Amino acid sequence: MTSANDEAVAPPNQAGSQRSAAAVATNGADSSSQLSHDEELQAYRDMLLIRRFEEKAGQLYGMGYIGGFCHLYIGQEAVVVGMQMALRQGDQLITGYRDHGHMLACGMDPKGVMAELTGRQGGYSRGKGGSMHMFSVEKAFYGGHGIVAAQVPLGAGLAFANRYRKNGQVSLTYFGEGAANQGQVYETFNMASLWKLPVIFIIENNRYAMGTAVARAAAKSEELYARGAAFGIPGEQVDGMDVGTVNAAGERAIAHARAGNGPYILEMMTYRYRGHSMSDPAKYRTREEVQKVREEQDPIERLRTRLLAGGTSEDGLKAVDKEIRAIVNDAAEFSQTNPEPAESELWTDITRDLSA
Amino acid sequence: MPTQVLMPALSPTMEEGTLAKWLVKEGDAITAGDVIAEIETDKATMEVEAVDEGTLGRILILEGTEGVKVNTPIAMILEDGEDASALDGTTVTGAPAPPDVAESTPPATQTDADQSASPPAAVAAVSRAAPELEIPANTEMIATTVREALRDAMAEEMRRDGDVFIMGEEVAEYQGAYKVTQGLLQEFGPERVIDTPITEHGFAGIGTGAAFAGLKPIVEFMTFNFAMQAIDHIINSAAKTLYMSGGQMGCSMVFRGPNGAAARVAAQHSQDYSSWYAQVPGLKVIAPYSAADAKGLLKSAIRDPNPIIFLENEILYGQSFDVPALDDWLIPIGRAKILRSGDGVTLVSYSRSVAYALEAADALAEEGISAEVIDLRTLRPLDLETVVQSVMKTNRLVTVEEAWPVCSIGTEVCQQVTSRAFDYLDAPPTKVAGANVPMPYAANLEKLALPSVAQVVAAAKAVSYA
Ligand SMILES: Cc1ncc(C[n+]2csc(CCOP(=O)(O)OP(=O)(O)O)c2C)c(N)n1
Ligand SMILES: [Mg+2]
Repeated sequence: MTSANDEAVAPPNQAGSQRSAAAVATNGADSSSQLSHDEELQAYRDMLLIRRFEEKAGQLYGMGYIGGFCHLYIGQEAVVVGMQMALRQGDQLITGYRDHGHMLACGMDPKGVMAELTGRQGGYSRGKGGSMHMFSVEKAFYGGHGIVAAQVPLGAGLAFANRYRKNGQVSLTYFGEGAANQGQVYETFNMASLWKLPVIFIIENNRYAMGTAVARAAAKSEELYARGAAFGIPGEQVDGMDVGTVNAAGERAIAHARAGNGPYILEMMTYRYRGHSMSDPAKYRTREEVQKVREEQDPIERLRTRLLAGGTSEDGLKAVDKEIRAIVNDAAEFSQTNPEPAESELWTDITRDLSA
Repeated sequence: MPTQVLMPALSPTMEEGTLAKWLVKEGDAITAGDVIAEIETDKATMEVEAVDEGTLGRILILEGTEGVKVNTPIAMILEDGEDASALDGTTVTGAPAPPDVAESTPPATQTDADQSASPPAAVAAVSRAAPELEIPANTEMIATTVREALRDAMAEEMRRDGDVFIMGEEVAEYQGAYKVTQGLLQEFGPERVIDTPITEHGFAGIGTGAAFAGLKPIVEFMTFNFAMQAIDHIINSAAKTLYMSGGQMGCSMVFRGPNGAAARVAAQHSQDYSSWYAQVPGLKVIAPYSAADAKGLLKSAIRDPNPIIFLENEILYGQSFDVPALDDWLIPIGRAKILRSGDGVTLVSYSRSVAYALEAADALAEEGISAEVIDLRTLRPLDLETVVQSVMKTNRLVTVEEAWPVCSIGTEVCQQVTSRAFDYLDAPPTKVAGANVPMPYAANLEKLALPSVAQVVAAAKAVSYA
C-alpha cells in the first residue's frame, strides 16, 4: 500500500502568520509544549484512560457484549486530550462515530460510556444509542454522529448559538480527513467565516477513511488545512501525536476564535492503530507501517519518556497505570452486569411534550 | 394588422389585476421597452413595457378598471403605415372582456388505483410487465449467495455493455464495504470500477450527469442511509429529468446498496427507505429477497432506460439460494412472485421480511391455515394484479415489512386492495411492520422494534378469526 504519507505521520505545514508548530518528533524528542509538569501528568493519565478503555472495548466486542459498529480511538489520544486542556468550562465538543475518546476526555463517566457500548440501561443514552450515539448536556458533548461530516454544520450551529448569546464560548468540531471531502463542510466554512462563528474545525487526519488512503480521495491531500484559505479561514497542520504540540496549537486557535476573529482550522496529523471498525481487517496498509508509527510516534510513549526524563519516577507512572486499570475494569464490570433497558423504553423519547 | 397588447401576468399566481394608469395616449409612437401602463396586482404595482413597435392606436381598457383578467386585450398598436380604420370593430370597455375561452376542464380526480405513470382512465389497460422467463427443464441450479448474485449480475452486464460502470465508496480497491463488488476492479480496471471520496451528493450528481450523457452508471451507496445526502440528485435530477425535458433526456442508471436494518447499528444506520422512493414518479424501485431475483432483477435494472432504486439487504447478502445457470437470467421489473400458494390468507412482503412471511406460513400450516405468500420484488410499479387475484381467492390480507408503518408499502397495498377488491374481503387488511420508533441499539429493544414471525402468525389468525 502506498500513500503520500507512507513513511510516517507527515511533517506539519502551516498557513498564515501563526508561529510554527513543531516538526515531527520521535519518541522522547522535544515538543513545543507549554504544559507544566502537573499538566503533563494529567495528560498522560487522560490518554492512558482512553487507551485502556478502548482496548477493553475491543475485548468486550470480541466477547459479544458490544455489537454493531464500534470504532476505536487507539493512536489518536493526544488530539482530543491536548485540545481538551485548552478549553474552558462550557466550550462545546461535537464529533462523529469515533467518539469514545472525546467523551472520556471531556469528563464523561467511563461506566456510562461502556454501558452504552453494551446497550444497557446505565449507558449515556440508556442503551438506545450505542457506540456511535452518546451525548452529555452536562459536559457540553453534543455527540456522537453516524453520518460522515454531519457534525460539521452542527458544530458551527453550536458556535452560532455562542455568538448569538455572546457567551464567549467556542465549539470544537472534530471530523476525519475523509469527512473533509463532503460538500457540507465547505458550505459550513463559508457561513462560519462570513458570520465569524467561534468554531475550531479539527480535522483528525489519521490518513485513512475506511480503506481509502487520504491521497486517493482528496485533491491536494498534503494540506487539507489550506482548504480554509479560500474562505479566509486560517489554519495549520499540527503534529497530532504530541499532546503538548496539540495543546499549544489549540490555545492559538481557541484564542483566535474566542476573540471574535471567526473560525480556525487545525489539521491534526495522527494515526489509528486499529481497523476502521471492529470488522475491518485493514489489509490496505502494511503491518510495518502501523508498527513504525507505534514505535516512533506513540503519543503515550512520547509523553512517558519526557515525564521520566523530567524526573517523574517509574513508580509514580506505575501508580497511574494501576489507577487507570481499576477505573476501566470497574466500567467493564458495570457494563456487563447493568441490566438491559426496560422494554417500555422502546416507546419513549420519540417526541417531547410541551410540558416536559 | 394591428397588434393587441394583452394584460400581462406579473407573478406566477396572478389571475387578474387593476389597470391603474396609462402612461401613453392614443396616437403616441411606441418603441419596444417603453413603459406604457401601470398595473396593480394584489402584491405590488408593476410597470408594463411594450414589446412591439408602432403607434398606440386604441386603448381598450380604461384607466382605473379593476379585475382585468390576464390575457385580456388592453390596447391596440398600429404598425407603420396603418391607420385607425384598421381598428374598426374593436370595442372599448371599462370592464374586463368576458373570457372567450372555456375554462380549462378541471382534471379528473386522480383515482388512487394507479401507481403507474398512466392516466387513471387507462388503469384497466395498464400493460403489465412481461411474464417471467420459464426456466427450461434440466437447467442446473447453483447455490449462490445474494452477494455473489449481485456481483455476477453486474459483471455480466459490464461484459455485455461497455457503457456500464460502477462508482461508490470502497467499491474498487477494498472490494466493496460489504464485498458485493468483489473482483470487479480486477476484471474491469479502475476506469470502470471507481472509488469515490465520501461525497454522496457529489458523486450521485456526477453519476446522473454521466447518465444524461448516455453512460449507464451503477452508483453504489455504502448503505441507503447515506443516500439521504444524495437524495436531491436522485429525485430532482435523476427521476424528474425525463419529464421536465419532454422526453428528450432521461437517465438509465441504477442506485443500489443495502437498505433497512442490519444488526445493532442503531438509528442512523437502520432505516428502510422503500416507501420514500416508491412514492416518486420517474423512479422504479426494486427490493428483492432471493439470490435468483436479485440477479435477474439487477440485470434488468441495468438495462432499463430509467433511474432505478435497487434496495438490497445486508443480512440477506450472506444467504444462499438456487440460481439457474442460464446465460442471461433476466427477471421483468414490475412482477410479483407467488412463493407459496394457499387459499386461507394472503401474506404480502418484500426484501428480508419475506423470510418472516415464509416462516409464518409454515407455522400457520400446522394450525390448519393455508397461507399464500407473495414477494412483491418490485415496489414501483407495484404488481397489484397478482395481489388482488390472490385476495379474491383467500379473502384475507396481511402485509409484512420491516419499515415504519406510517405511509409504508404495506399501507399502500392495503389501501389499493381495499379499493379494488373490497367485496372480496372477509376482514380488514392488516399490516405487520417495524415499530414506529427510531431503531434502538440495545439488543432487546432492537428485537422488539422489528417484526417477528409470531406477529405475522397472530395477524394472519386475527384476519382469519381463528
Ligand atoms: C455520509 C456517509 N457516508 C458513508 C459512511 C460510511 N462511513 C463511515 S466512517 C467512514 C470513513 C470516514 O473516514 P474519516 O472521515 O477519515 O474518519 P475516521 O473513520 O478515519 O475517523 C465511512 C465511509 C457514513 N457513515 N456516512
Ligand atoms: Mg480518517
